[in-house]
Amino acid sequence: MEYFIELLFSGLTKGSIYALIALGYTMVYGIIGLINFAHGEIYMIGAFTSFVVATVLSIYGFPLLSIVVLAGIAAAVWSASYGYTIEKIAYRPLRHAPRLSALISAIGMSIFLQNYVLLAQSSDFQPFPELIPEFEFMEPFAHIVGSAEIAILLTTAVAMVALTILIKFSRIGKAMRATSQDRTMAMLVGINVNRVISMTFIIGSALAAIGGMLIASHIGSIHFFIGFIAGIKAFTAAVLGGIGSIPGAVLGGFVLGLTESFATGYVSSDYEDVFAFSLLVLILIFKPSGLLGRVETEKV
Amino acid sequence: MSEPVLKVDNLSMDFGGIRAMSELDLEVCKGEIVALIGPNGAGKTTFFNCVTGIYNPTGGDVHLHPPSGEPVRLNGLKPNKVTEQGMARTFQNIRLFQNMTVLENVMIGRHCRTRSYIAGAVFKTKATRREEQETVDKSYHILEQVGLADAVNDFAQNLSYGAQRRLEIARALATDPFLLLLDEPAAGMNPQETSELDELIKRIRDGGLSILLIEHDMKLVMSLSDRIFVMDYGKKIAQGTPEEISANPVVIKAYLGEDIDA
Amino acid sequence: MFQFQELKKSLLVSLWFAFLTFPLLVIKVDPIERTVLWRWDNMLYVVLGSFAISILVRVFNVQKERRRDRRASNHTIDREPLMQVVLREPRYLYPLAGAALLFALLFPSLFSIYQTNIMITALMYVVLGLGLNIVVGLAGLLDLGYVAFYAVGAYSYALLNFHFDVGFWIALPIGALLAALFGILLGFPVLRLRGDYLAIVTLGFGEIIRLILENWNAFSQGPSGISNISRPGLFGIDLSLEGSILYMYYLMIAVVIFTIFVVNRLQDSRIGRAWIALREDEIACQAMGIDKTRTKLTAFALGATWAGMVGVIFAAKTTFINPASFTFLESAIILCIVVLGGMGSIFGVIVGALILILLPEHLRALSEYRMLAFGGVLVVMMIFRPQGIVANIRRSYHFEKKPGGEGQ
Ligand SMILES: Nc1ncnc2c1ncn2[C@@H]1O[C@H](COP(=O)(O)OP(=O)(O)OP(=O)(O)O)[C@@H](O)[C@H]1O
Ligand SMILES: [Mg+2]
Repeated sequence: MEYFIELLFSGLTKGSIYALIALGYTMVYGIIGLINFAHGEIYMIGAFTSFVVATVLSIYGFPLLSIVVLAGIAAAVWSASYGYTIEKIAYRPLRHAPRLSALISAIGMSIFLQNYVLLAQSSDFQPFPELIPEFEFMEPFAHIVGSAEIAILLTTAVAMVALTILIKFSRIGKAMRATSQDRTMAMLVGINVNRVISMTFIIGSALAAIGGMLIASHIGSIHFFIGFIAGIKAFTAAVLGGIGSIPGAVLGGFVLGLTESFATGYVSSDYEDVFAFSLLVLILIFKPSGLLGRVETEKV
Repeated sequence: MSEPVLKVDNLSMDFGGIRAMSELDLEVCKGEIVALIGPNGAGKTTFFNCVTGIYNPTGGDVHLHPPSGEPVRLNGLKPNKVTEQGMARTFQNIRLFQNMTVLENVMIGRHCRTRSYIAGAVFKTKATRREEQETVDKSYHILEQVGLADAVNDFAQNLSYGAQRRLEIARALATDPFLLLLDEPAAGMNPQETSELDELIKRIRDGGLSILLIEHDMKLVMSLSDRIFVMDYGKKIAQGTPEEISANPVVIKAYLGEDIDA
Repeated sequence: MFQFQELKKSLLVSLWFAFLTFPLLVIKVDPIERTVLWRWDNMLYVVLGSFAISILVRVFNVQKERRRDRRASNHTIDREPLMQVVLREPRYLYPLAGAALLFALLFPSLFSIYQTNIMITALMYVVLGLGLNIVVGLAGLLDLGYVAFYAVGAYSYALLNFHFDVGFWIALPIGALLAALFGILLGFPVLRLRGDYLAIVTLGFGEIIRLILENWNAFSQGPSGISNISRPGLFGIDLSLEGSILYMYYLMIAVVIFTIFVVNRLQDSRIGRAWIALREDEIACQAMGIDKTRTKLTAFALGATWAGMVGVIFAAKTTFINPASFTFLESAIILCIVVLGGMGSIFGVIVGALILILLPEHLRALSEYRMLAFGGVLVVMMIFRPQGIVANIRRSYHFEKKPGGEGQ
């Protein structure tokens, strides 16, 4: 039973991170119909930025709380800037090109960013400073669930609620929803579609950066390649939930995280990534519209 | 009335709860030109898509009666199977193979009437060479018919709008159909081109084909059609000869406020 | 020609990039020694580099605009680029092809054995590129798991050789066939999918196959791989290392010629046209009577066949394989070759492979930046020249005007 709860928590933790990254995929897809292949790299860049900032600050002796806050802000700001820039450079010129051109461009971007970080930083695993200390009161449960896991769950919950409020009630959120329904129509009623698309990239990237920082500090190490696997998994989560659907991305993230956690816990841990990939392939083949997505017929 | 080549009963189509077409009956007879008209969004293109297998209709039956042999039920057949049965179509928003030459576009139409495959292509067997020559000759002949013989080696994307529409027709003709479905063939054409199109369609009919056409240009519709079906909001609201239709109060009401280029 | 305004914009761009690259390119921490290195020189390079690039892009756009205006104003048809003319006209093409062939045949006597060895690798990528070109360039199916078929070929030879001592020449067709079979098996369920989903699913399949090879020790010997794979034999003669490199080289030349021959015949055939039509417009293609699934499957399986074949050759060349040779990046490199060279163009793919494989090998200083450049190439090509260095040309046909014809 304890093992079960342990797996449950680790599944929820992973799932919440997947969900956070999946939101970026799903929002971008909902608005411009592009699988933003470079999104995993944005997540990695967020994690790396927080790693650099946190390490510098801790070397210079800043107190822990300020390190956490500043590293988080830096990660979100820089990831958002990367997301914004990537969209402008690599996707905007291709908005009216065939779908696959934009996807190839996105793949190129992903490879580029990966190697940029490899060259700019390091090809080795780097130890990530511990940002979330174990709390005293957690002691009796510490072998089941760590304070880092609690912190991750709380942070992601807050981020998701904030996003929901933003999309439901703010001006830009309404414009985003309108644009994803019908871009031409949105343009006609005076929405600045370019700005909406930029905002989508910015928000999605910031969320991914938060996820990156949380998971890297939880795992305790960082590497330029983490974006690839995390990206694919988050994409799986987005598709599982129904790509384009925001609640779907969250649901998909948790389903994937739990599946992975239980499958590795009870079946075999060698094949952790195989489970995720197989799940992805199976959903795309059997239910490409996902759990909460709409079925669409292409207009002819 | 002579024997039907296409018989549609009770055809309906829903898009996630929205009914784009409901319980439509329609018949095209041998050697006839039939027009399908109606205001924008009436469901005409949806009708074509359901009949040709692009969409899977929610309900109803579509039967095709080839000149020789048994009637075939088309429901659930893939679009390529429908075309193989002898019904070909054009698209309202032109869907040519833009980066292929004009001749190649038409040669694609011959695909379902030819057989050669990989081994034939690699070894250039005698049968393949003969078939290939036939494909080229037939395609060129069709291009002569539609007046595009001078453009055989141009890329489809470089053609004028009117020429692209004619190429769509040529491509459909290359599949050897006995029934041709044209979706707004005159859209975007100037009066000169439209009157040439009028003649072309008549010539195709005289060659023994039946034609079902969607068109907004009323002058063309009135000049060509033997019979007219009128749709509005996914339903058939009238049918009859051009004279009957132009005098029908229901039709006039449906079109009121619409501009009829008559 | 340039306004001050434009320069200011470029300056802003370069400042933006200075900001963007600041944390990762300027700061370098050593978390163990707890030291910070501030690399301000990098910021200078970024500012200068992005300023220059930004100016270049502006010039490029202005020129493109001008060209478009000129075309619109006087309706002249563009003069056909020289390369296209050369490729189309047999009287230029044949002598050139002959010269290239002669050069290829003499290559080992002109250059060192080391150079020849590198050339073998480049030729393998030429064939891989041509194979993927069938799938991506002609049929328009973005296959991101192409390397899986390459792995199937390599592992089938390695395992057959290891367990049953099967020779290279018998394994070559077996590897190719197995890869084709895999192509069909995988293709069946996934080819119904829309283009971008197809790309991701093939990527997933590629990774699954690699992960299985990595973890299923009993079958594939896991990450340590299989070594001591036999080199190809020549009528039972044992060749020296140098001899076997030469043998391999001429074998690859033969395979390249064979591939060019086949792909060239295919692309102007009934099935080749169907592939291109499918790439251009799937729905119209079906409405014209083409069986979508069957046509896609053929392209997929044929592409896989070539990957399988090269896989066998790869195993024989290196005599050692492990799963690390078959990562997604390998698929990406092959894709990059096709995209850079020109989707659908045989000559383009050859040029693309030679550039992308030989350049980093010869400019050692650049090899570190290899993958960075590959990523960049994909983006830049899509934006500025999606048709590739050498655009595909279609065959033209000539007809005698019949005097009585109805043509206008
Ligand atoms: N794939 C689809 N998904 C959802 N709705 C669709 C789809 N295709 C058509 N519709 C809807 O069905 C209705 C009928 O469309 P259709 O294209 O058949 O009209 P039409 O009569 O051809 O009009 P027009 O004269 O403008 O071509 C429209 O309201 C359209 O939005
Ligand atoms: Mg229509």
